[in-house]
Amino acid sequence: MTVNHYIFLSAILFSIGAVGVLIRRNPLIMFMGIELMLNAANLAFVAFSRQLQSIDGQVFVFLILAVAAAEVAVGLAIIVALFRTRQTVNVDDVNALKG
Amino acid sequence: MSLSVPDLNFRVIAPALIVALTALIVLLAELVTPAPRKRWLGVLGLIGLLIAAGATVGLWGAPASAFGGMVVADNFGLFLTLVILLGAALSILLALDFVRAHRVDQGEYYVLVLFAVVGMILMATATDLIVIFLALELLSLPLYILAAFKRADARSLEAGLKYFLLGAFSSAFFLYGIAFIFGGTGTTNLMKIADALAKNPRNDLLLVGAGLLLVGFAFKVALVPFHWWTPDVYDGAPTAVTAFMSVGVKAAAFGAFFRAFLVALPAFAFDWRIVLAALAVLTMTLGNVAALLQSNVKRMLAYSSIAHAGYILIALVAMGASGLSSALFYLLAYTLTNLGAFGAVIALSDGERERLEIRDWGGAARQYPFIAAMFAIFMLSLAGFPPLAGFTGKFLIFSAAVETGWAWLAVIGVLNSLVSAYFYLRPIVQMYMSEPVPGWDRIRVAPLVALALVLALIGVIALGLYPTPAIVMATGGFLR
Amino acid sequence: MESIPFYFLAALAVLAALGVVVMRDPVYSALALAVVLTALAGLYVLLSAPFLAAAQVMIYAGAILILFVFVIMLLSPGREGDAPRGALKWQRPLAVIFGGALVAQLALVLLMTILPTGRGLYTPEYLAQIGSTQAVGAALFTDYLLPFEITSLLLLVAMVGVIVLAKKKS
Repeated sequence: MTVNHYIFLSAILFSIGAVGVLIRRNPLIMFMGIELMLNAANLAFVAFSRQLQSIDGQVFVFLILAVAAAEVAVGLAIIVALFRTRQTVNVDDVNALKG
Repeated sequence: MSLSVPDLNFRVIAPALIVALTALIVLLAELVTPAPRKRWLGVLGLIGLLIAAGATVGLWGAPASAFGGMVVADNFGLFLTLVILLGAALSILLALDFVRAHRVDQGEYYVLVLFAVVGMILMATATDLIVIFLALELLSLPLYILAAFKRADARSLEAGLKYFLLGAFSSAFFLYGIAFIFGGTGTTNLMKIADALAKNPRNDLLLVGAGLLLVGFAFKVALVPFHWWTPDVYDGAPTAVTAFMSVGVKAAAFGAFFRAFLVALPAFAFDWRIVLAALAVLTMTLGNVAALLQSNVKRMLAYSSIAHAGYILIALVAMGASGLSSALFYLLAYTLTNLGAFGAVIALSDGERERLEIRDWGGAARQYPFIAAMFAIFMLSLAGFPPLAGFTGKFLIFSAAVETGWAWLAVIGVLNSLVSAYFYLRPIVQMYMSEPVPGWDRIRVAPLVALALVLALIGVIALGLYPTPAIVMATGGFLR
Repeated sequence: MESIPFYFLAALAVLAALGVVVMRDPVYSALALAVVLTALAGLYVLLSAPFLAAAQVMIYAGAILILFVFVIMLLSPGREGDAPRGALKWQRPLAVIFGGALVAQLALVLLMTILPTGRGLYTPEYLAQIGSTQAVGAALFTDYLLPFEITSLLLLVAMVGVIVLAKKKS
């Protein structure tokens, strides 16, 4: 079992998350896709950290956990506030802004 | 296990510390400030920004690093710190009356602006990818909230949601890039990455990481093809917020962009210069062509800001001392000019109604001769007419490109500037040649907004007529 | 024997991750996400990072995911329409191609690359001896003091922002 296996797994998870963000239109699920991407990065950090025999990667993951928590709080607050005014969270129904 | 704490040189991060402290004071003062006096919290924030600017000047000329080489106070970072503080101060001046007119007169507005400024300063002065990432988040989170700040307006909330989703998406790319760079070199420190690269120039992991990092940066500074969120977010967000993020994020993100690529990855310069040159051409051209088609002033300014990111990218392709100093000068000129342009939109709005369509600007020159003249000057500066700041900035960037053998890129830049003149002149023609539009009566312009406009105008003209001191300041460069 | 738990957890994580992005109902997506996060916690244990595994379960699977589920319950947003509309029609296959290309490229790089081997202090044996909690904590309060302080500001910003967005209009 080499670290390459872990990195490859992380690449698969990252790509699934990125594709999910691009193909879904429900902001909650798009957001979960972003969480998948962050977790893939975390896995890569821990795996590289083991390969390098360093603790740095583990510290980064701890910091990223805090970032993710802050991001989730803000993102969900925006989604809830939008839902309260428009009664929809589907991005396709968000029509006031045309691409 | 013994612990050894690295060099805790708090002096180096004094500007960011002062702004953070100001934000905390404003946050506490908000609790005891009665509703009609909330604008004094903004004034408190302005004082904090001024003190931070003083501290920045105090650090000038003596480059130092701190926290084990995670942040530096070199002239490059300090120049950007001053640009960011200037942009933030003018944005707060613009916002003091704006938040009241839009009934979002809350102290938290200034708190969030100040925290975003802390993130911007740290991003511009960080020399470690992890600190850059955290600073990027620290500047982004307040901006997501500020974009959605006008909760009664669904458009503002939608802008906040869109900005948030795209911002978080790009942050993930950024982070994954950092992971691969860490894996390839064993470090996230920019200088140490360069050292590792010098020892082992063929490093595929690092190449992948740099590519992902580039995608993250491209989203943040809105390079084509990662730009499509910009018009919607700039349009939907409250105008005072748009003004702030259009200048602050650019200065901070370009600062980190330049530092990451010039300090850590010069060994790959041959590869990334070609990629970035292509991106610059795409960004300038598409930004300007799309701006031609807009009838909405905020959307036009959004596409214009995309095009300006393309010009700044030319400076990065040029590399070298002249590229660096021209980019710094350009960011300063762009900050003043763009804030002036958005400030004019704020100045001529009637309560919550803003002159968003270009046809709304008809006859504005007769109703508001001074504001209209200032807006015209800002537009001309964005278009790059001499003797204004925008002209000097473009001149410096294009000559840096010619100097370093990228003359064709400079030619495309000049052609783009010519195209852009058309859409920058359109609102001017509308203001001076058309009759006033019914429904837009003359109202009193808020004096603080006028003050911000005058300050920006002085800067734009001074930088155009006598650019030498700013150019000299901009040639400080990095601490390596 | 690391390979059996690795392949089990990896397969679980990939299947659940696919579930997150293909489920129609956000509640199922959230549950699938919980499986991914827990599987990753298991992988962290294999990578001699038990502290992170615990933090992952507490912060991610605990706090963050509960927040997601709360919001889903609050909004009960229902299902997405079946047929992709408008620009999404061509965006979908493009996105999948992009994702596949990303994986392929990274796989290629990984096949060609021999990862640099560290000669660092923190070997799995050393970590097991001192405990990863102590190692992470020590690094956090010495070398990574500045990043640590930045995250404290970040959490404060999130708190202020959420209160602003959730506050009743006065």
